[in-house]
Amino acid sequence: MEQEAIYPTEKLKCWNKAKDIRMKFYQDYAEAHDKGGLRWAGGAWTFDAIPAGLGDDVYPITSEPYSATIAFDKELSLECMEATEVKGYPRDLCSYMRNYWGSIITDKFAFGYKDGEFVPRFQGAKPISFPKPDFIWQDHICCSHAKWYQVVSDLEGGIPMYTVDNAVGPSNELTESKIKYIVEQLKDGIKFLEKTTGRDYDDELLFKAIWNHFVSTSTWAESCELNKAIPAPLDEKSIYSLYVLGTLQKSGKQVADFYEKDLLPEVKDRVKRGIAAVPNEHVRVMSDTQPPWSFLSIFRYLEKFGCVSIGSLYTFGLIGQWEVKKDGTWGAKTIPDVEFSNRDQALYEYVKYELHKPEWQHFYSCHLKSDMMIRIAKEWKLNGVMLHYNRGCEGLTVGIAENRLALLDAGFPVMAFEGNNADEREFDEARTKAKINAFMETLGVK
Amino acid sequence: MIEQFKQMEKKRHDYAKEWKGKNDGKVMGYFCTYVPEEILYAAGVLPVRILGSHEPQDVTEPHIFGMFCPFCRDCLAQGLKDRYKYLDGLMIAQSCLHIRQTYTSWIKHRPVEFNKFLCMPHKVQSPHAYEFLTEEYKVFKKEVEKWTGKKITDKDLEKAIEVYNENRRLMRKLYDLRKRDKPPLTGEQVMEVVMAMQMTDKAEHNKMLKDLLKKLDSYTPDRETGSRLMILGSEDDDTVFMNMVEESGATFVIDDHCTGSRYFWNEVEDGKDPLASIAARYINRVPCPSKDWEERKRIPHILNLCKEWKVDGAIIMQQKFCDPHELDFVAIKKSLEDAGIPTLFLEFDVTVPIGQFKIRVEAFLEMIGEEDLF
Repeated sequence: MEQEAIYPTEKLKCWNKAKDIRMKFYQDYAEAHDKGGLRWAGGAWTFDAIPAGLGDDVYPITSEPYSATIAFDKELSLECMEATEVKGYPRDLCSYMRNYWGSIITDKFAFGYKDGEFVPRFQGAKPISFPKPDFIWQDHICCSHAKWYQVVSDLEGGIPMYTVDNAVGPSNELTESKIKYIVEQLKDGIKFLEKTTGRDYDDELLFKAIWNHFVSTSTWAESCELNKAIPAPLDEKSIYSLYVLGTLQKSGKQVADFYEKDLLPEVKDRVKRGIAAVPNEHVRVMSDTQPPWSFLSIFRYLEKFGCVSIGSLYTFGLIGQWEVKKDGTWGAKTIPDVEFSNRDQALYEYVKYELHKPEWQHFYSCHLKSDMMIRIAKEWKLNGVMLHYNRGCEGLTVGIAENRLALLDAGFPVMAFEGNNADEREFDEARTKAKINAFMETLGVK
Repeated sequence: MIEQFKQMEKKRHDYAKEWKGKNDGKVMGYFCTYVPEEILYAAGVLPVRILGSHEPQDVTEPHIFGMFCPFCRDCLAQGLKDRYKYLDGLMIAQSCLHIRQTYTSWIKHRPVEFNKFLCMPHKVQSPHAYEFLTEEYKVFKKEVEKWTGKKITDKDLEKAIEVYNENRRLMRKLYDLRKRDKPPLTGEQVMEVVMAMQMTDKAEHNKMLKDLLKKLDSYTPDRETGSRLMILGSEDDDTVFMNMVEESGATFVIDDHCTGSRYFWNEVEDGKDPLASIAARYINRVPCPSKDWEERKRIPHILNLCKEWKVDGAIIMQQKFCDPHELDFVAIKKSLEDAGIPTLFLEFDVTVPIGQFKIRVEAFLEMIGEEDLF
């Protein structure tokens, strides 16, 4: 019964554009030197508006989504993991990090050319070498962040590296001193960039990039907010392909424009017309942390039961910025009503805004995360929660057992499944599906 | 020789309860040696570091995912088993993610009257960390004053700094004695002294240390030194392991542990503002690997220790799943071996497989002693 469609559905019109933006991102990075540009590497959470001030021809590669791309390419991922282990690094370390290091050690990039077209290796591209970055621009809140690139620099024989410590405590305890600590680091970082690249820094480009950042992070949250609707206009498997743009370059104009001008209007339209992501939507769940990238099929498996995963704190808050609205509900963070007049002021606004990122709060207290998850469970009208006990990412798994207890206390059924976001050797698909079967039965669907 | 220290460590709970009774003071349990004990001590609070008990347990499974380090789970077990019921406060200074879970679970399930997550900066190599941490300390000081009802004056802070610095100097003297051809204490014994140091009143510890140093001045042990080893890595209070190695023909002459030299190596230096001076001390201390970036400053320090203490080989241990150390040990191992110092890497759990480790340690010691054999 649950397989019968009760809502209309249709494909996302902006889907191919999202794919194109992602592919161009990697191509721009790979080909940057051919055009006289620069390449830099850093994490998905880094303050990426800062290097933007070096020019329009400065292209990043962000470590986590790149490593997730490798994870999707099972053959390459295994090669990377094993190469990293041969170098002596333990296999319980962050699996993104091991994929990334492996890509350097094996000197294999996850993309290449096929008949002149830039495509992923698993689509038959001829392998190209890992394009070495000109500098590293990283942030640090998780134990692995700065250390990740310390090793990258070791492996590459030394790359100029700058890391910003953004671990200044939860946003509800924000002080001027905490903001200043990060702003001063960013100012030092700009000096580092100028010295390293020999380029003059352009504050106007910085201002534009910070503005793009505000737009990307706020409008992404707004699209996720629309998933409160029944039926949900987006399902989590699709959300993974959309949120990723923010992890690639949240300060990029192409990303801000896509979220604001393509995705958001389309999701609004879907809600207005009652278009469902899962036409047989009967029950609604959310997940947590990164999924096992090699096994996204488990989200399609849910659909057999009429179950839609509407997203997660991870997909909503990794990039999206949120705030409590006047009516007490969670909604997209209001873009600051400011005009940038000088570097110090722009950096201050940038930092003050960014420190509210939901996915940074649990680094200080798992209870803050539990509160946000319970809020999502209530406001997005969920029937249950699937928690990925993710062996591959300690940063996002910190406190997950306490999150489980809190969700259960709040009355939400929880299914916990163990796996690994990027090391497929640590995911048992059959067992997870068996767990899903039992969980769906608990939720009253078969 | 060190029985008194050992008793303090073994009967840590009795000690703290007696201290409370005698001093009518508050006891603060803390995780991680980045906690600025001087501020607590100045307020008349006894800071005690929470360590595990090395017993298998099953109480933490619902609270901490099994792929986090055994030390953080062992510590939480102590709280859940109500072994620290006498604590008035609980705090942590920001360090690794793993031990943070112990703190957050503990305060929820075993609440105390005062708790604090102190935002110790990670980027200790940034010049801006000093001002930031000083500001954090100002807030913390006010919170402690409110909690204890005692105003902490500069004089109180200076006195606390004096007691703590004396303790650090005495410990450095004790460690210097280990440079002798026949070190007067084993690594296991020194570990007991350091552990006692982390859970007792420093003024009392100072008195005991002075007595110990007097005794050791002309003392030569009747045991063979054997190979001179360094031990380094994660939190380590496994005296059973230390004993096994030292019974196998070796002596640990130096360490790089937070339950060892990293805890006391540098002093608070004089400055105009005591809080700023304390902040500088914690920023400038020998770093935990979680804070040792972008430059790896720990490696030259470790190599220097090896040279000064004439180390023949190093045992690199780590708590299973301890990411910060896992991220450092490959580079450390390489640096040590490049410097001609053989290494043995061992992964620790709450209990260690002593029989298996003994075989590996003996093989390592045989390798180190090979030149003497032939």
